[in-house]
Amino acid sequence: MLYNEPSPLEVKVLTRRFSLPHSETIDTYLATDGYKAFQKALGMKPEEIIEEVKVSNLRGRGGAGFPTGMKWSFVPRTSLKPKYIVVNADESEPGTCKDRVLIENDPHQLIEGMLIAALSVDAHAGYIYVRGEYRYLIEILDKAIAEAYDRGYLGKNLLGSNFSFDAYTHSGAGAYECGEESALLESLEGKRGIPRIRPPFPAVVGAFQCPTILNNVETYCAAPAIIRDGGAAFAALGIPKAGGTKLTCLTGHVNKPGVYELPLGFPVDKMINEVGGGIRNGKKLKAFIPGGSSCPVLTAEECEGLTMDYDAMAKRKTMLGSGGVVIMDEDTCMVKVALRIMRFYAHESCGWCIPCREGTAWLRKILTRFHDGMGRRDDIVLIGDLAKNMLGRTFCPLGDAAALPTISIVEKFREEFEAHLDEKPCPYEKASQLVMA
Amino acid sequence: MTFSPNLEARFAKLVTSYPPGRERSAMVPMLLYAQDEIGAVTPELVAEVARRLNVTPLQVEEVLSYYSMLHRKPLGKAHVQICTNISCLLTGGEDLWHHACARLGIGHKEVTPDGQISLEEVECIGACSWAPAMQVNYDFFHKVTPERLDQILDGLRKTQ
Repeated sequence: MLYNEPSPLEVKVLTRRFSLPHSETIDTYLATDGYKAFQKALGMKPEEIIEEVKVSNLRGRGGAGFPTGMKWSFVPRTSLKPKYIVVNADESEPGTCKDRVLIENDPHQLIEGMLIAALSVDAHAGYIYVRGEYRYLIEILDKAIAEAYDRGYLGKNLLGSNFSFDAYTHSGAGAYECGEESALLESLEGKRGIPRIRPPFPAVVGAFQCPTILNNVETYCAAPAIIRDGGAAFAALGIPKAGGTKLTCLTGHVNKPGVYELPLGFPVDKMINEVGGGIRNGKKLKAFIPGGSSCPVLTAEECEGLTMDYDAMAKRKTMLGSGGVVIMDEDTCMVKVALRIMRFYAHESCGWCIPCREGTAWLRKILTRFHDGMGRRDDIVLIGDLAKNMLGRTFCPLGDAAALPTISIVEKFREEFEAHLDEKPCPYEKASQLVMA
Repeated sequence: MTFSPNLEARFAKLVTSYPPGRERSAMVPMLLYAQDEIGAVTPELVAEVARRLNVTPLQVEEVLSYYSMLHRKPLGKAHVQICTNISCLLTGGEDLWHHACARLGIGHKEVTPDGQISLEEVECIGACSWAPAMQVNYDFFHKVTPERLDQILDGLRKTQ
């Protein structure tokens, strides 16, 4: 089911089946070139598959943007240990709702992507780790997996080859941290989702202490198109060093919020005003988060001339992230935004690393005090110092994810913090909200 | 403990889904599916899952306490979860939250006295582009207005 109208500006590769009737069934999938890429990959050498993915310039779609072909090449293919394919469908990054539509509308594309990844490293089992809240997606996936077994695309000696592969769904039970790769692997093993120290990386020591490819849903979903049409064709859709398309979730103060598939390098201005139909109520843009709440926030000025790609975002000292775009208009209280983001990270910190556990809790307390008008002038500096002291001091990136947006908001919107000083009520709060708070 | 045939079938599938000797992997999904059936993770359930997965009850307890969807006390038959994270915050999620609290007369993680409805302010549920969003048990509701919220809550009362 589609939850928003598509945009004519989209380039539909991963989402091309979404508007077809019964797009989630194997019949629709097979009628539209489904599992042809897998068939092709069966005739390719593992290194040829990996080379094709490298040529495609596909970069990890979960947030880190690591080149996928390179990641696959790190798996010791000839290791005597079993190798595993793990799908990160623990989509929890605030602002992000794209893996949900990929699974809901085209689950077989994900299964085919897993099969291609499996062929590249000689893996014979794969797990789809789905966040617990997405129960209906587990049902859709279980049905798709059963269909694939029925038609001989999962199981033993697939399509008459020597290759066998089993796929399983695995439910999480509510933990943002389990979207972090090493915590996800702990959780998959029936433990608390606390991160592992790296190296070794999952490519070498991953699921069940064995070599593992671990990618985001969208990354696997790109693999069938890459193998079917060639890595070069996929690369050509995007820009140098960032191939293909990216599912982008427009959220917040925009007229047409929705999930849209846009080529890498798409202009931010065009994305907000043409794809998204502009800012709601004719207001002006105040702030912009490119890819989930872990990314440093940009001001409207910083969005000028900006494009949606990894390197352009890095130049602005932020990240393309997961594709969860948050658009905030001129009436948004940035102190409140900083507070809400910090409440989230304080809630989700797994507590394993002290700088993150203590840092997020203290920042939440200070930001709460500040937003309530009880802040002290020194707090503005303290917030920045506390956040900076978390950077790089934790096993996993959650500490940085909490610190980076906070630092950016304090630095770029300092005057809004000052406007909350001296017991002044929040200048952006409606009177009714003050009463209820 | 005995479970429904459906749940037993699910358990049977789960314990064979992982490599030999890795049955413990089934723990989190097993606890969640069992909780859906019996309403809470009771001490009996902890002992039963420990027995079936060949771990100690303490090993189940430590996992149980980590995951926010697992709980020791029963929630309402309808568990209303309202998101107030960033994309929902910007589109009225907080108003919905306050509206639901006032309407039901309960707060965060509380249950109505008749045990029918419980309420929770939740973190991002992955419906950001169709915010503000909420879930009742596992069902999603998108672009919820206060009026729509009233209809949803009224519907819960009627169906129970």
